[in-house]
Parts: sequence; C-alpha cells; structure tokens
Amino acid sequence: MRSQSRIAFYLLLTPLVLWLGLLIIIPHIDMLLISLRERISFGVYETSLTQYEKALTEPLYLRTFARTAVMSVLATAITLLIAFPVAYYIAKMAKGRLQQVLFMLCLIPFYVSELVRTFGWMILLRETGIISNLLQWTGLADQPVELLYTDATMMVGLVYTSMLFMVVPLVTTLESLDDSVVEAGYDLGGNGLSVLREIIIPHAMPGIVSGCIVVFMLSLGNYLTPTMLGGKDSLWFTEMIYNQFIVRSNWELGAAFGFMLLLLSSVIVWGMLRLTGRTLKETMG
Amino acid sequence: MIRTVLMTSTLLAGLATVAQADTLRLLTWGGYAPDDVVAMFEEQTGHTVEVTKSNNEEMIAKLRATGGGGFDLAQPSQDRIMGPQMEFGIYKPIDTSKLNQDLFIPSMLSATMANTTVAGDVYGVPHVWGTSGLVMNTAMAGDTVKDYTDLCDPALAGKVSYRLKRPTLIGFAFALGEDPFAAYGDEAKYKEIMGKVEAKLTECKANVKTYWGGGDELMNLVRSGEVTASMAWDTGGWKLNDDNADITFVAPASGALGWIDTFVLPAKGQADDAAYDWINFVMQPEIAAKITAAAGNFTASAGADEFAEDSLKAKYQASFPQEAIDNIKWYPPVPAGLEAIEGDVLDRVQAAN
Repeated sequence: MRSQSRIAFYLLLTPLVLWLGLLIIIPHIDMLLISLRERISFGVYETSLTQYEKALTEPLYLRTFARTAVMSVLATAITLLIAFPVAYYIAKMAKGRLQQVLFMLCLIPFYVSELVRTFGWMILLRETGIISNLLQWTGLADQPVELLYTDATMMVGLVYTSMLFMVVPLVTTLESLDDSVVEAGYDLGGNGLSVLREIIIPHAMPGIVSGCIVVFMLSLGNYLTPTMLGGKDSLWFTEMIYNQFIVRSNWELGAAFGFMLLLLSSVIVWGMLRLTGRTLKETMG
Repeated sequence: MIRTVLMTSTLLAGLATVAQADTLRLLTWGGYAPDDVVAMFEEQTGHTVEVTKSNNEEMIAKLRATGGGGFDLAQPSQDRIMGPQMEFGIYKPIDTSKLNQDLFIPSMLSATMANTTVAGDVYGVPHVWGTSGLVMNTAMAGDTVKDYTDLCDPALAGKVSYRLKRPTLIGFAFALGEDPFAAYGDEAKYKEIMGKVEAKLTECKANVKTYWGGGDELMNLVRSGEVTASMAWDTGGWKLNDDNADITFVAPASGALGWIDTFVLPAKGQADDAAYDWINFVMQPEIAAKITAAAGNFTASAGADEFAEDSLKAKYQASFPQEAIDNIKWYPPVPAGLEAIEGDVLDRVQAAN
C-alpha cells in the first residue's frame, strides 16, 4: 500500500519535474553560459564577464533598465488604484446577476488577443483616428491631434492590458470579507476612511499583493504594448533583449540582459513582500 | 494471382511516388511564394510546400537557433550569407549543376555567387531584387525631399518616418557624402562614418513621427496622410501609387540601395531535391512574372520582363531613369563585427531625446 502511494507520488511529480527541468531550468543554465562568453573571432568564444560589464557600464542600457522598472511600478500602482474600486463594487455592492455581468465585462476584452487589443488603441488614438476626429468635430481641436507615441499612451496600454489580473484576485479576497465586519466598524464609530484603512485593506492584502506581483511581472515583460504604442521614444528592456537576439545576432549580450531582468523582477517582488510584511507562502496560498 | 500482382505493383508505384514527394519547408518573405504558384508546383512535382514568412534578421536568428535546421530552403539577402556562414555554419553549399542556370540573368547570377562564396563553395543564388529609397507624397513633400537627409528638413516636422535599422544608417551615410561600403574593411573609418550618421539621426529625431517596423505599418502611415515622406522599399511606393497618384517611389540623389534576396539551403535541410525543384520551377519566366505580380519586385529570371504587367514596368521606369539605375548602391557582404557598431548607434538614437 505504502509503495503504491509512493509510485503515485512519483508519477504525479514527473510532469512537474519535466516541465521545470526541460522548459525552465535547462534553458536558463544554457542562457547563463551564453551570457558568460565573449566572441573572439569566427566561432571562437572565451569565458568572461564582458557582457555584464558592458551592460552595467553603458549608460543607455542602465537608463532603459531603470526606466522599465520605474514605469512598471507606476503601471502597477495605477492599475491598483483603478482596479480596487471596481473590484469592491463587483464583490460587495453588486448583487446576483449584475455581479456576474460586471465580472464578465472585465473578462470579455481578454477574449481577443493582445495584438488586436493594442491595434484597437491605435485606431482610437492615431492622428487620423476616432478620438482625433471627434475632437475636431466638436470643435475642441482645430487640427488633427496625435495621441500615440508618448509615455502616457504607453501607460494607458499597460494598465489596460493588466487590469483583469488585478481585478480577479481582489474580487476573490474581497468577497470573503464578511459584511458584518464592515458594519461593526461603522458601529464602533469608524468613518468610511478608517473602515477602509483598518478593515478592508488589511483583509484584501493577500489579493493586493498577488495582484501587484502579477501585474508588475506582466508590465515588465511586456513587449507588444511599449513597441506599438510607445513609438519612437519607447525604449523597453524587453525590446532591447529582442534587438540583441534577433536584430544584432548578439546572443551573449541579450542573455546577460535576460538575467538582469530576472534579477530585477526577483528583487522588486522580494522588496514588495518585505514592504508589506508578507511572506511568499501567505501570498501564494 | 493477377490481382495480387496488380495490387502489389500499384502499392509499389504508390510507395515510389511517396519516396520522391517531399515536404519543402520554405522560409521566405511575404509575396515570394504566392498561393497559385505553390499550388502549381505541388500539382506538377507532388511535393508539398509549407511557407513561413519572415525577414532577414529573423531568418538568420531562426536558423542559428537550430544550427540550420527546421527549414529546407531559405531566402535571406545576399549580403547576409557570407558572415553568418563563417560565424555559425548555418547553410550548406549549393550544387549548381542541379540548377537550370539558363533561367537566371547571367550577370546577376555570377555576382550573387561571387558574393556568397565561402572557402570555394557557393552558398546562394539570386531570386528577387529591388531597392530602397524614398516614398513620398509628391504633392506635399516633392519639392523638399530629394535625398535621405532632406527628411530632416524642418518644413516636414512630424511628417516623416523611417526604419531604425541598418538600411537607414547606410542611406544617411551616402547622403552625407560618405561611402560606407568602401569602409566595410576598415573598422575605425566605419565607426567614424557611423558617428556622423548618429549625430544626424539624433538631430533629426524631432522631425520623425515614428519609426516604422513593418511594411503594413508604413503603408497605413503614408496612405492616411499622417506621413508625407519616408524611407521605404520601391514596391511600397508603387503599391501606394495605385491608391493615390501623388504617392510614389523616388530614387534619392545619393543613390537607391539595391538588395538581392537569394535562395540558400539551410545546413540541416532534409529536402534538397525538392528545394532544387522549387528553384528551377519559380525561375521559369512565366512563374517569375507571377511572383513579380505578387511581391511587386522583379526577379533574376531571364526573360520574365516580357510577362510582367505593363503598369508595373511603367512605374519602374518612372522611378528609375537610366542614371538612377547606374547610381544604385548594391549591398556588399556585411563583414562580422560591423553590425555590433551599427547596433550601438541604433540603440543610442532610439534612446536620445
């Protein structure tokens, strides 16, 4: 009996080990090795730390790196600010049918691919696009307005893309909050603000943290939105990785960039957990 | 008994055709393998063709990732064969005796073969050729833009576009009076030229609406009038010309940049015979004319001009008077190492404010 359950355990474990080993661990080891070599001449490579040195000394790479990190944190914060009231309304105020409909409305945009959604934004915002024409028609603008290719547009795209991933965990945690606890808060003389601060937010914390982690990762690793909406001034770290690998055929530097991004996201997620005083275990389940 | 023999022989015959018919995995550009040509080829030879559309950089990255596997025939530009072959060994030599060489324009065939020879082996034969230069709305920008650097004219602020890729660097270098191709062998000199180009492109950045990435993106920008002048391929300009007679392709004063897309055999290709069959098939003048109609560019097929549409020929002649043809700058093979210099320049331009 005991040996049987052992076999079952290993059988269940195998897919996980294969998945992690073949698709995550081995490719990463390979990437690490690539990032640690330097091209000498045709087909001749030497082990060295040149790539990391280059990545850390060239101001351009560092600036892009920092810019990507800051913009991703900002996108996460904005997403949280917008998603929290939405999630609260869906979880607490809306009842029955309406609740389901609202939740579906959040979900529906994600039925189409990210590419199509981003194109949708481009059609709306371009110089000859819908909003520009509307502004001219209403007389608010006397010439075509270009709304694309700015950091603000990029931010709109990033927030829109990651909205669902913030709303879902928030709704789940907020739904588990007993209404009577909120009422008790008011009965004890609390006002809207103190109830929010002392009861609702602490209760929703696991949802907030896991939502933030997911949204942050998605923004940091996003390629499409910055490239398409950001235009000539978009410079996103993923774009630089793509450029090094595909356009410049410089896999060594691209691999080094990849590891820097991995390190950055790990550090920021760790920092986020430290800041909120939570452990990864609590957050993940 | 007779039935058995008959059945066996049909079975054997069936097996024989199966053995000859291969799947040809073709890595190519949009328009180079139109559906009707693929259907004709499949019917005539029994091979099956799987088409994957791509561009130069992605073709090489894909082949590099697999050591030259995954495809049986690829079509990078002729300047991208020698370097990657020496560096990564992703192609295999072409057995020119298996090709019907009479189908090619002789001068183009010998030039491409010379440009793609590594250690005595030929790695590429020409297929489609064309140029890049300027596409503009002549009604709105015709008087200002004669050369690449005129895209930086303040009169056109916010109305121009180009790609942030190496053709732009090369084009601007020529327009600034330099000869980057002559400096290919001299890294210090090349760096100096690229430094000048970087300064110009950085200064020019305020003029640019956005850097275009793909052909369709550019078409939308020009067609909607958001962009009035851009660096682009000749075919892009000719296609837009059909929609709006004011828009056309113009060869810049410093010379259009000429490219030739080739046929190469990836190192681990598994259907070489099918690949040779495909090359010999599409180089026939009638078939080549169909590809010209789909892609918009002329091919290296001898005698295909006769079958090309008159309207396309007329546009070609309008964009290229004889002196413009003589002034075309053909890309020589890119030596390794130069792309790293160019990459740094492009990154810095993109990051500049």
